[in-house]
Amino acid sequence: MELTTVWFLLVAVLFTGYFVLEGFDFGVGMLLPVLGRDDRERRVLINTIGPVWDGNEVWLITAGGAMFAAFPEWYATLFSGFYLPLLLILLALIARGVAFEYRHKRPEAAWKRRWDRAIFWGSLLPAVLWGVAFANILRGVPLTADHEYAGGLLDLLHPYALLGGATTLALFLTHGAVFIALKTVGDVRERAGALAVRLGVVTAVLAVAFLTWTLAIRSSAAAVVLAVGAALALVGGLAAARVRREGWAFTGTAVAIGLAVATLFAALFPNVLPSTLDAAGTLTAANAASTPYTLKIMTWVAVVFTPIVLAYQGWTYWVFRKRIGVAHIPRH
Amino acid sequence: MAGGFQVDALDVARWQFGVTTVYHFLFVPLTIGLSVLVAILQTLWHRTGDEKYLKLTKFYGKLFLINFAMGVVTGIVQEFQFGMNWSDYSRFVGDVFGSFLAIEALVAFFLESTFIGLWIFGWDRLPKRLHLASIWAAAIGTNLSAYFILAANSFMQNPVGYRVNPESGRAELTDFVAVLTNKVALITFPHTIAGAFLVAGSLLVAVALWHLIRNRDSADTPAYRFAAKFGSWVTLVAAAAVVITGDIQGKIMTQVQPMKMAAAEGLYATESPASFSVLTVGSLDGTRELFALKIPYLLSYLGTGDPNGTVQGINDLQAQYTAQYGAGSYTPIIPVTYWSFRFMIAFGLAAAAIALLVLWTHRKGRTPGSRWLLRAGLVMPLLPLVANSFGWIFTEMGRQPWIVFGEMLTRDGVSRSVSLAEVLTSFTAFTLIYATLAVIEFKLLVRYARAGVPDLTPAPEPDDTDDAERPLAFAY
Repeated sequence: MELTTVWFLLVAVLFTGYFVLEGFDFGVGMLLPVLGRDDRERRVLINTIGPVWDGNEVWLITAGGAMFAAFPEWYATLFSGFYLPLLLILLALIARGVAFEYRHKRPEAAWKRRWDRAIFWGSLLPAVLWGVAFANILRGVPLTADHEYAGGLLDLLHPYALLGGATTLALFLTHGAVFIALKTVGDVRERAGALAVRLGVVTAVLAVAFLTWTLAIRSSAAAVVLAVGAALALVGGLAAARVRREGWAFTGTAVAIGLAVATLFAALFPNVLPSTLDAAGTLTAANAASTPYTLKIMTWVAVVFTPIVLAYQGWTYWVFRKRIGVAHIPRH
Repeated sequence: MAGGFQVDALDVARWQFGVTTVYHFLFVPLTIGLSVLVAILQTLWHRTGDEKYLKLTKFYGKLFLINFAMGVVTGIVQEFQFGMNWSDYSRFVGDVFGSFLAIEALVAFFLESTFIGLWIFGWDRLPKRLHLASIWAAAIGTNLSAYFILAANSFMQNPVGYRVNPESGRAELTDFVAVLTNKVALITFPHTIAGAFLVAGSLLVAVALWHLIRNRDSADTPAYRFAAKFGSWVTLVAAAAVVITGDIQGKIMTQVQPMKMAAAEGLYATESPASFSVLTVGSLDGTRELFALKIPYLLSYLGTGDPNGTVQGINDLQAQYTAQYGAGSYTPIIPVTYWSFRFMIAFGLAAAAIALLVLWTHRKGRTPGSRWLLRAGLVMPLLPLVANSFGWIFTEMGRQPWIVFGEMLTRDGVSRSVSLAEVLTSFTAFTLIYATLAVIEFKLLVRYARAGVPDLTPAPEPDDTDDAERPLAFAY
């Protein structure tokens, strides 16, 4: 396999991992005011992701770094082109990350309320904007022959992109609800389980519509298979949620998100950022890539370190596998 | 700046990079230094079983985490910013520079973030040894991360291990090991790490001193005494390391970036031997000196190791670069480089001086009580923090007008597709959110520093609590 293909796959894997993992912690953040009726319940929710959210976010940093290293043209064009959405995502991630750490540092209700808002908006904005961004990557954006973005902000906000944003929002909400049901005990668990089922119906409709539209824009055999797999996993997960098989429900939504992201990358390949303006502007895995020497070194580093990272991150989830409830929340 | 003031996207992008980078590096030194110091405190507890070390571990661990969160979230901005504001730079160096950022994330940052989570929440979930190993893993990840980032930055100061492809016009990696072992990276790393320990050691001292002077005979006095002395030693050793590595760095800089050395000194004409300027007042346009206080031979020694060595002056280098790279100014803004260089040294040394004073007041079992020492102690962590900032301002401004020395001008690296309005929006947004968070973070640090070391007597358990419902040792 060509090294550029290997790195296209690796970037896809990193973004897939990022959305599967941070997807549920975005969901938990958005459901904070919905499922947490008092401070102790809200603390239960936050603590389901407490030990892991930071590690989850590193998937994004690694995906960004991998894109920069393996496909500098892709990274440069995309990040300068999607300027304002990325700015909003950054501001949201800043507010949210600090909020997790600072919320419990003072007892005042007003202090906590402010950070709760930061967690809610800081989770909601990226949940929508990542969908908008990836829909635009797939559909293509106006690029000049020298790969510069030639559109404005409004060029990124067309119906397909908005559907993409609504889909990731719904997927992450459902994924979050299912995760909360899996990780908590008591009332919160019950409410989360019931909410997951209700959210699931809307999510399934949005996801199927979005994936169908995606395949209508560009497609490949692999993309079709992955999309069908994503839909089946989502339906399976929701069925499991209905009968309160929480482990299977979470597996279902995780696989569905993973396969949905994979569908986008499979449909995109071998392009990485198609141009809707000048065909010469289209960025592909070949013309956006670094040199074979760089890719070779990066491949070695990835081959050695990725399994190690997966092992210790997986172990973290094992260490914190126990469910928590209001009784586990210390008074301070 | 005759004839009116005009701002373009390039200026704002430069200001944004300056503000976000200096801001990010207010948190990084504490993360680097304190992660190791907390790990050492926890190790001491394991070895001796003395509760004073456990109290200090938990106490400084809390301050570490308040600071850590800010370092993480401002770090994401740094990675994204290259693509957003400096996309032509990113295209040019992605092959070399990008790979170092990617390796940093995969090899170091995952380690740091995952194990910090295990450490924060793992007090009652992990066996004691594994919990101790977690803070060490996080500390190692943090320091490793610094190496990759500094290697990437060193490529911008002294590009090695690459060639510029004449067809694509991009820098291409030819020798990974050469970039990894760039002599600028090898010396900048210990200099930066030592600077970080200067900050962390000073924080230990400041907080401990505050408690010691306020309450001389509390049950926790031994803990604070230890922290003040330990912090002072860390600060002194770090200061020595900063001076030694800084000296070597100066000699390397004279070789690879002679203009930066000349700019640090405001040395206009080549001199041999060259004297070190303690204070020079130049004309406003920065081309002539009006008044100068100098130490003879010192600059020659600092730059070359030989008191009679030749140090090239700005005017000669400017002429040489014009011949080499074409017409244009290759001179950094001299007042900025000159003063940032001096402030870096002065603020760093001031912290070391206070550390000496603190050790003196602790001699032979004494406990300090002076209000003056308290005041000095409270500003102490700010001094090396400011020194760190000036160090970065110096090294980055001293490289100008280059973004990659000798290869790409900063003005050619900026994103062409990003408008002035966009970059102004982002600059304003970051400045506002950063300023707000700085106030919140500082107040929290003060609040938790004042609260003092924790009381370790466990809260009485309600009788009906069985093991499965015991509250977590730590929760957000």
